[in-house]
Amino acid sequence: MRTGAVWSGRVFIGLWPPLLFGVAFLALWEAFVLLRDIEPFVLPKPSAIFEQVRLNFDPILEATRSTGTNALVGLALGLVAGLMAALLASRLRPLEELLTPLSAAAAAIPIVALTPILNTMFSSTSSTPRRLIVLVYVFFPIFVNTLKGLRQIDPVHAELMRSYAASPWTVTRIVRLPRALPFFFTGLKIASAGAVIAAIVSEYFGGLQQGLGPAITSAAAASAYPRAWAIVCAAIALGLAFYLVAVLAERLAMPWQRPQGETT
Amino acid sequence: MSAPRPPAVALEGVGKRFGTGATAVDALTRIDLTVAAGEFVALIGPSGCGKSTLLRIVGDLIAPTDGAVRVNGKSARQARLDQDYGIAFQSAGLLEWRTVQGNVELPLALHGLGRAKRRAQARELLELVGLGDFGAHRPSQLSGGMQQRVAIARALARRPALLLMDEPFGALDEMTRERMQSELIRICAETSAAVVFVTHSIPEAVFLSQRVVVMSPRPGRITQVVDVPLGARDEDTREADQFYATITDVREALRGRAREASP
Amino acid sequence: MLLLALVLLAAGWELYKLVAPDDGVRLGESLILPRSDDASMPHLARIAEVFGEQEVAGVEGGGTVLASVLAAVWYSLRLAAAGFAVGVAVGFLLALAMQRLRVLERALLPYVVLSQTVPLIALAPLVYGWSGNLSLFGLDWQPWMSVSVIAAYLAFFPVAIGALRGLSSPPPVQTELLAACAASWSQTLVRLRLPASVGYVIPALKLAAASAIVGAIVAEISIGLSGGIGRLIISYAQQATGDPARIYAPILGAAAMGVVAVGLVALLGLALRRYQFQEAA
Repeated sequence: MRTGAVWSGRVFIGLWPPLLFGVAFLALWEAFVLLRDIEPFVLPKPSAIFEQVRLNFDPILEATRSTGTNALVGLALGLVAGLMAALLASRLRPLEELLTPLSAAAAAIPIVALTPILNTMFSSTSSTPRRLIVLVYVFFPIFVNTLKGLRQIDPVHAELMRSYAASPWTVTRIVRLPRALPFFFTGLKIASAGAVIAAIVSEYFGGLQQGLGPAITSAAAASAYPRAWAIVCAAIALGLAFYLVAVLAERLAMPWQRPQGETT
Repeated sequence: MSAPRPPAVALEGVGKRFGTGATAVDALTRIDLTVAAGEFVALIGPSGCGKSTLLRIVGDLIAPTDGAVRVNGKSARQARLDQDYGIAFQSAGLLEWRTVQGNVELPLALHGLGRAKRRAQARELLELVGLGDFGAHRPSQLSGGMQQRVAIARALARRPALLLMDEPFGALDEMTRERMQSELIRICAETSAAVVFVTHSIPEAVFLSQRVVVMSPRPGRITQVVDVPLGARDEDTREADQFYATITDVREALRGRAREASP
Repeated sequence: MLLLALVLLAAGWELYKLVAPDDGVRLGESLILPRSDDASMPHLARIAEVFGEQEVAGVEGGGTVLASVLAAVWYSLRLAAAGFAVGVAVGFLLALAMQRLRVLERALLPYVVLSQTVPLIALAPLVYGWSGNLSLFGLDWQPWMSVSVIAAYLAFFPVAIGALRGLSSPPPVQTELLAACAASWSQTLVRLRLPASVGYVIPALKLAAASAIVGAIVAEISIGLSGGIGRLIISYAQQATGDPARIYAPILGAAAMGVVAVGLVALLGLALRRYQFQEAA
């Protein structure tokens, strides 16, 4: 369709400056380390990092899978919880008044610091504490953003629905839910990236030695810096993957809309 | 032989007061108006004269403080529940996540019509407003005038006896506006619905309606009803002497009362 | 209402302890509901008590847990603040540069946006190697600097994006007005773009403050920097078998840190509220 072609054309042109910059950046990095003879513990060469990725592919994949699973489980559960809470809060004012200040407080405190408590509550050999941390991390952006969307209704649409003698549930179904979708996806994008971050950070607080976090720490402790950086690259790739899936879901679910910009 | 249709709208002593005590505002007082079945009536007046409020009272979107409202022989509430009227606002209010066809189908879907029938009726309506080829488009792809046409098609979806229109062409440019007016005349001729049309524009009121109800504010009331003695409307009507004469009559009615009302 | 919510949470805690089995609830092999015995979930009263205890039992003049937590919080807060300041400054400057030069924006913005989605905090252990081995501008790299660098890194990105969005926010109607008055880029900046950006920068600063705090804590743990709240959490966690309630003290301290940091930004927002036309969460 006409719109589709224009969109991909614009993306194509827009791709050049960041691509060029990325390539130039890597090249300069490599040169800088070589010329200034920099030690690997400060900054390894990109080529060395790449080498390590190749050599350690399997263990890295395993660690990624472990962290990724935690992130996924926490994301799925937090998503469901956040959505239900938003739907309920949009109908019950008292619930909204309770949860909203809690959301503001949750945004301020370092949630990952709760990991040691959860480790004692559950058992430090279980993945549950990490998944719970991810759940909490994911719950709030989903809840806050979806609620904001559900409360929006164009006055014209409200009058139209009244003229149709539509029941409150019908109004929610026909107008409020679709109206809330962009807001939900804003929350989803934040939450999916946050899920990976939360999963990794919670790994730094003790517990099981599986996952990307402990792998990075042990590589750094063994002074195998290129390997450590290689694992970091895997972590970055995981975060990107989650985020891109969320973006894809957004494009698929809302074909009528150009994607909205990022909201912090 | 069919029974005569009840008046589309019958208002008796209708009043609306917002607020209480010293700060109360009389948006409408002592409104008496009857709109016959199939008749086109325009409501015109300066801001604050209550024309939009009156329209919403007829549509049971606002409750009156005094008086009786009967729509199509029933109470306003019953008429709304029975979906006896269709409404179009100044902003088209299309749901941007539905296709044009989906938007027209909306009132049909809400009241339980099956998918195949809905689709067929929506297509018919889009043909009626001249947008037969645009069913699969999204509202954002249409111009303002086209969006309003979709809104009108939607308002006609349940073949209502009455159309309520609140300045539907107000956001359009003059050329599109005149085109839309001609379209509306044609559509009304084909559906024989009564229309209550709120507008700011004197030429528009005269061109479209059979009677122009002139209102004025503080308190909102009907000051005069001007009959429009033009026959069937077409492009030549806009140049006819009688057209200009009636416009002058309406203008005088608006001005004259306004001059009397201000101290 | 926040108070009510907290009270309800506290009530829920004690209720759960009352109702749930000591060993928690299992689904198959794994626990889905936590253990509720006193070792795993201490009574709230016990947690409050912990603050008053001596840090090292039996040592006179050793100081209370509360004192240790406060000292650690103060230490970490300063590190996070240093990182925050640097990150915000760099982020804001980058945003200014990107607003001025569109080509710079197009080259860098995708990376900045994507960086918000990737776990940069994974880099924390890598900075460990810097301490004790690096010398910059004649100044030996102190371990605490690594912590501040991580905090700065995490604060930088939301500020860069928020500031850019805010600086670009004035509609053409306003920018054209200033152009018609022959205003220079810097005049437009001061009189239009900066005030317009406040509504976007304040929420970004809140996020940056919270991120800087988390970054500082995690960095301290990775580096093993003593004196900060991160180290305190880990060391109390290791002592947990002896006194399970003690771990709550530094964690509550960390939570307080976050609230203080974001609260300070909120105060700033209050002072600048004349420029804020939109209420962002």
